Amino acid sequence: MRYLPLNDADRAAMLDVVGAGSIDDLFVDVPAEARLAGPVPGLPMHASEMAVERHMARLSAQSLTAGQAPFFLGAGAYRHHVPASVDHLIQRGEFLTAYTPYQPEIAQGTLQVLFEFQTQVARLFGTDVANASLYDGSTACWEAVTMAGRITKRKKAVFSGGVHPHYVETARTMAKFTGDTLVTRLPELLAASDDDAVIADIDGETSCVVVQYPDILGRIPDLAKIAGAAQAKGALLIAVVTEPVALGLLESPGTLGADIVVGEGQSLGVGLQFGGPYLGLFGCREKYLRQMPGRLCGETLDADGKRGFVLTLSTREQHIRREKATSNICTNSGLCALAFSIHLTLLGGKGLEEMAKHSRVRAAQTAQALSKVAGVSVVNASYFNEFAVVLPRDARDVVRELADKGVLGGVSLGRLYPGADGLANGLLVTATECTTTEDIEALVKALEEVLA
Amino acid sequence: MNEINRSGWRPAMGSAGEAEAIETTTGNRGLQLEEALIFEIGNLDHCGVDFDGAIDERLLEGLPSRRSAPVDLPGLTEPEAVRHYTRLSRQNYAIDLGLFPLGSCTMKHNPRLDEKVARFPGFADVHPLQPQSTVQGALKVMDELAQWLITLTGMAGVAMTPKAGAHGELCGLLCIRAALEARGDAREVILVPESAHGTNPATAAFAGYRVENIPATADGRVDVDALTARLGLDVAGVMITNPNTCGLFERDLKTIADAVHAAGGFVYCDGANFNAIVGRVRPGDLGVDAMHINLHKTFSTPHGGGGPGSGPVVLSAALAPFAPLPFTTRGADGSVHLIEEENAAQEGHAQAFGRMCAFHGQMGMYSRALAYILSHGADGLRQVSGDAVLNANYVLRSLEGVLDAPFGAAGPCMHEALFSDDGFAEGFSTLDLAKGLIDEGYHPMTVYFPLVVHGAMLVEPTETESRGGLDQFIGAMRVLAERAKAGDPLLKSAPHLAPRRRLDETLAARKPKLVWKG
Repeated sequence: MRYLPLNDADRAAMLDVVGAGSIDDLFVDVPAEARLAGPVPGLPMHASEMAVERHMARLSAQSLTAGQAPFFLGAGAYRHHVPASVDHLIQRGEFLTAYTPYQPEIAQGTLQVLFEFQTQVARLFGTDVANASLYDGSTACWEAVTMAGRITKRKKAVFSGGVHPHYVETARTMAKFTGDTLVTRLPELLAASDDDAVIADIDGETSCVVVQYPDILGRIPDLAKIAGAAQAKGALLIAVVTEPVALGLLESPGTLGADIVVGEGQSLGVGLQFGGPYLGLFGCREKYLRQMPGRLCGETLDADGKRGFVLTLSTREQHIRREKATSNICTNSGLCALAFSIHLTLLGGKGLEEMAKHSRVRAAQTAQALSKVAGVSVVNASYFNEFAVVLPRDARDVVRELADKGVLGGVSLGRLYPGADGLANGLLVTATECTTTEDIEALVKALEEVLA
Repeated sequence: MNEINRSGWRPAMGSAGEAEAIETTTGNRGLQLEEALIFEIGNLDHCGVDFDGAIDERLLEGLPSRRSAPVDLPGLTEPEAVRHYTRLSRQNYAIDLGLFPLGSCTMKHNPRLDEKVARFPGFADVHPLQPQSTVQGALKVMDELAQWLITLTGMAGVAMTPKAGAHGELCGLLCIRAALEARGDAREVILVPESAHGTNPATAAFAGYRVENIPATADGRVDVDALTARLGLDVAGVMITNPNTCGLFERDLKTIADAVHAAGGFVYCDGANFNAIVGRVRPGDLGVDAMHINLHKTFSTPHGGGGPGSGPVVLSAALAPFAPLPFTTRGADGSVHLIEEENAAQEGHAQAFGRMCAFHGQMGMYSRALAYILSHGADGLRQVSGDAVLNANYVLRSLEGVLDAPFGAAGPCMHEALFSDDGFAEGFSTLDLAKGLIDEGYHPMTVYFPLVVHGAMLVEPTETESRGGLDQFIGAMRVLAERAKAGDPLLKSAPHLAPRRRLDETLAARKPKLVWKG
């Protein structure tokens, strides 16, 4: 077998050293009735590289990919162009096949990348500090809620209706077991986000307010106003960014007063990947540093006085703190953080701004074109690269019919909010720098046909 | 014309002692290259990405909260960026460079076929919210992998979405809690043996349980009598790592499971070490109700310098109905459907306890793991666990003459060999031997874990090491053990030959510098 270096002569010689008659004899501690005599029944035997590749290629061909179709989906996962050098660099074996950098003398490559990543995230978010990444945006969002609970000693979190429904669902699942109270609401198909309603829900028991920026319908909430209202009542503002490219054009949430900023980093470097693996971004004010979840990389000196980096403040982490840890999260999303960091390094601040402008312009052109389709109206007063439209009938059906015509036209709100009849005709449409004029024309044409 | 140098004469090379004294102006030493931070070498005007076409600024109007200046992030052109990250990569140890004997972490070769197929567009270039008819390729990978995991473990169902091992533990405990609540049974306690992974008690606490520790016996296994004596109406379940963190199989797992079930509780098995028994033992046959599988361990998806991982949880028939959304089902026509919020109730999954994360889990890890599993097949996976256990026993028996092996007399180990620092010179510890391994060109083994052994050294060679490679490692370990016993001062200050010497972790924690400020 191509992945197993031992041959039968090796095995025989090694069994002699071990003093066992066969490999099976080494499993003597397993109760005899639980030991299988041969391969697990009901499964195929080994296969060549060529055969496996052929099988996987056949499966892959059964998907309609983003690159094959006019593509307008977003809602927390965005299609951006990833430079070829990103994927090349993350496949260097020294990054790809390294472990968590617990031995810093021989892991400075990974550690310096994490230090650079933390600095990039902090600058992007406008926060004092950032961690070395979490699983994804949804788990980062819940971690922020529990962190706010630890800081404020309160257990009620107020969610804007503009927070991604999967993030709310993830929090709701966890809150059932932790006893936190979540105040949640559905989004409404209105031009502006629900800032005032959220502010009205804040009271003296509120630990945090969770606001997505831009929100699930693409609208841009007034973070400074919400931050002021929250902080006046002793609550923290958690800003959620599912599309970090937006921050190339929009002011950073930390600068606008958010105490904790979390996000999904997938937009940069990672690609769509059918939803994972992605990476959770997490930044906050320096004074909350020791309440922060996840791994942290810090600068220090070695025995010769040279600058170096180590994982630090691990006394917050569960492999040390056991039941007193700040978070259940053990692994971060190292390789995705590397991809994110390389992409952001290739862009720099000005490149990110240019990428954001192209995305916004393509979205504006798409919105203008869709608003001319009979029966379609654009909901948003403000948006970055994603906006909602109202269709004359259930958007779930329309999306499927568009797909039958080879157009991936957006995300139906019915898919995201299955029980909410008032949202069923809503469709989220996203454009990025990848969107072409031909894509927009194809969407308009297909939509006109489907709605005719 | 010069004569050919038939004698092979060349100038003397100088001694190593002389080379050490050489100072270089760059700080580089030959191929060992220093690299500054991007904030020191990049600037706002450098960019490695070009965009097509001019921007119609009018279409940017009306954007609220518009920033007044670009984010203060340095950029690099492509050649600068490629060099920066390539130079950094060379400061890392990795499996591709050599044996990585990190016990309990399972650092085995990552097949490159898996990298290739994970990038196939039908898996990598599809959006999680596309209509299901357009993502059949990705859904079939999820479903095919799910079927393999269920069959290999002899369980009834699997929750695919947990994003790593600890997340899987949490998922398993939430299934247990949901099952207990569904029968109106509010139990409060989870029993965790001392030899458990540190994540186990943390996870139980996060799931809202009170954690009680169960001691280990002198031979490194769970104290069955102590555990069964503690069972009662308040115990929701036990969390057992099998094979355990001492590298031993918990012989009494079935007995424990029967007792826990009789007392109305559930058995969570930490499957971090499933690679030791895959293809030979089905945890379902031992009475396990839930077990996470680290795809990055047993099924060799790359560790990536600390993630991403993936931690699907296989479930018994009693727990499967409570598995979180979403998951796949296969229709009579062979097409695969996702069960999610939209259709869970209609499809008979109203008891699903909720959602662990956005979207559908770690697709990129599923495709890699499936390619690995299909390559090995049922016969190959059996050989995988066999060779992993053989390699660990070979290391154990080759080193027990020079290093104390606290459970060596108890019989064969599983996939990892455990040693202690007993016999080292005064003032010398496991850490010194570990750092000495770095100078020999190896990543250290896991140190000071498990906690039940003094100065623990947990060596996991994995099945992807050759006999010759193991012999060289064993040779290095023998010399290092002798140096630790003799109290060699050069070992105390190791490593000497790595890109950095020992780093001051106290300084890092006392005055945390987590971002670059110039």
